[in-house]
Amino acid sequence: MAAVSPNAGGPIMLDGVPLKIRLERAERMRKVKAVGLILPLFIFLMVTFAIPIVVMLMRSVENPEIVQVLPRSAAAMRLWDGEGFPPNEAMQTFAAEVVTAKAAKTLGKAAKRLNYNASGFRSMLFKTGTKLERAIEKEGEEAVLQGPEMLERFIDIDKRWGERRYWSIIRQASPPHTAWYLLRSVDRDYDENTDIVPISEDQAIHVEVLWRTIVISAVVTLLCLLLGFPIAYLLGTLPTKQSNLLILLLLLPFWTSLLVRTTAWLVLLQNEGVINDIAIYFGLWDEPLQLVRNRMGTYIAMVHILLPFMVLPMFSVMKGIDPYHMKAAASLGANPVSAFIKVYLPQTLPGVGAGVLLVFILSLGYYITPALVGGPADQMLSYFIAFHVNTTVNWGLAAALSALLLVCVMIFFAMYQRLVGVGNIRMN
Amino acid sequence: MAVAPYATPVEKAWYYTFRVICGLIFFFLIMPILVIIPLGFNPVPFFTYPMEGFSWRWYGEIFGDSPISILWQRSMVNSVVVAICATLLATILGTLAALGLTRADFPGKPAVMAILISPIMVPIVVIAVGMFYFYAQVGLVSTLSGIILAHTTLGVPFVVITVSATLQGFDHNLVRAGAILGANPVRVFRKVTLPIITPGVVSGSLFAFAASWDEIVVVLFLASTEQHTVPRRMWSGIRELLSPTIIAAATMLIIISILLMFTMEWLRRRSERMRGLTPS
Repeated sequence: MAAVSPNAGGPIMLDGVPLKIRLERAERMRKVKAVGLILPLFIFLMVTFAIPIVVMLMRSVENPEIVQVLPRSAAAMRLWDGEGFPPNEAMQTFAAEVVTAKAAKTLGKAAKRLNYNASGFRSMLFKTGTKLERAIEKEGEEAVLQGPEMLERFIDIDKRWGERRYWSIIRQASPPHTAWYLLRSVDRDYDENTDIVPISEDQAIHVEVLWRTIVISAVVTLLCLLLGFPIAYLLGTLPTKQSNLLILLLLLPFWTSLLVRTTAWLVLLQNEGVINDIAIYFGLWDEPLQLVRNRMGTYIAMVHILLPFMVLPMFSVMKGIDPYHMKAAASLGANPVSAFIKVYLPQTLPGVGAGVLLVFILSLGYYITPALVGGPADQMLSYFIAFHVNTTVNWGLAAALSALLLVCVMIFFAMYQRLVGVGNIRMN
Repeated sequence: MAVAPYATPVEKAWYYTFRVICGLIFFFLIMPILVIIPLGFNPVPFFTYPMEGFSWRWYGEIFGDSPISILWQRSMVNSVVVAICATLLATILGTLAALGLTRADFPGKPAVMAILISPIMVPIVVIAVGMFYFYAQVGLVSTLSGIILAHTTLGVPFVVITVSATLQGFDHNLVRAGAILGANPVRVFRKVTLPIITPGVVSGSLFAFAASWDEIVVVLFLASTEQHTVPRRMWSGIRELLSPTIIAAATMLIIISILLMFTMEWLRRRSERMRGLTPS
């Protein structure tokens, strides 16, 4: 900086430093201070939010079980080219490690992992361990574990060992990383030649669930748009005094807890609930109708919960539309319908787009409401993520499904960011 | 938007039809919340009208001294503690970050903003599962601190958004004026910046409070019975046997929502008035 010639930088301050450099310095200080103010929150979110999610998502490609429990077999299986059956030495190693792991009580972990690929693998592995132990007692360790015909021995223990499928499953579970969970999250699997194939139809569920998640979100978004547009229009065109009053009717549900609103619909819609009773009293239908724990209940409750998120962005755009535009259109001879379509509607589109994307993004991740007012056939991706964490404790699959859901949300969030800009998200 | 005197009969008919349609939609929005409140005072455990009398029985189940009441009361204490701690943390961290975000442009600012906002966009189950997995390894599962940290994360974007919005209309010459008049930066912040951004800070913290107060999914994963909050207790109740006690608890939550809503509205209108934005 000192090398700058005095007359190149414009005016020079009293201390001999050119003004331009002083300004740059001050500007840099401002930036440093700004970053310093953001840093605490940034670090906080990294530690409590971003890193946990990334670590969890990593589980979808991690494959530690076989490597940890049967390390030498895993190495031997990785060397096997996948043709025919594994070489005899690999089978010897495998037999020895199964016996050791069973004695060390770590076999369960490997068995659980292999059972994900083929149910029944767990019991087969434990049975194999027990029979090998007995054979060692009878024939001696060397005779069993150094045997020349290991495959025969395995088939004697359980004839399923004669199927190549089981050996290739062990091979596929042997590397420390795998794409298998990600494949399963879109209903694909490796066959015995490690080619990617669709899984059998009775097992395929996730693509259907993903499709269902998108359909439910789309229907909810459409219904919210249909119900939200009229009231946003009404609020946007009323004088402020009246709209301020009416908007409270919109904000009360907005501020009311999601769980409270879901409970309210459960109470209203159940067979002995208020709506069935009233309808039967007025003779609309004779028997209590099943309104809840099905798709209908899910739609009603979700639309009710998400409607304010649709109305608020549309309202804030409509409030800014000059009412004289419509009057001008009318005075130029447009009838009210064509004036509305050609003049008013195009101006509302930013609000409509923001509302539609927001409601769609929020619906994709819904869990509580479908879990309480939906039936088994109305559960969305979130439900299955929670299911694999809580019930099957299959972290790999839960992480893969999370990644799938996250990718869907990110695509629409990127669109939302294009349209609205994250910095421009407003509340109220 | 009164109907114009020169409107044709068709326009008049449409005007009233439209109002009726809007009325029905507002009815749909409000009805479920209002209809369940009285059912919490029904002396018998049925969820329909006509009610068979009036009783405080179900509120007694919450505030009494039976084992279930004690669970309810503990969940209320937990809810309050978690919400207040999370709100304080979120408000401080969020306000500082918003000040930084509006102070200067720096490379990667949109990306940083997107990260700070992402807790409201990432599906809550993904957040909860990620936290459960990670917090389990550092011993934060089944602790109130774990839930407080999680709820701070969920509430912080609201603070960042509202405070940044308030700061967008903020005239930085006021800070320079303060400095010229001899105040140090801390004094300028306390005497000039803070009073101006307070409404934004308060509304942001109310949003953060509501986010924690209503939250259930993270609590489902991170809390054991000791740390149950009111929504978590309601969840068990709804899953097992829907009893009017749940409605009594829901009614209390609704009352708190109403209080929060009116405070927000009052703040919003006050700041509009002060900025002279309210048209007649």
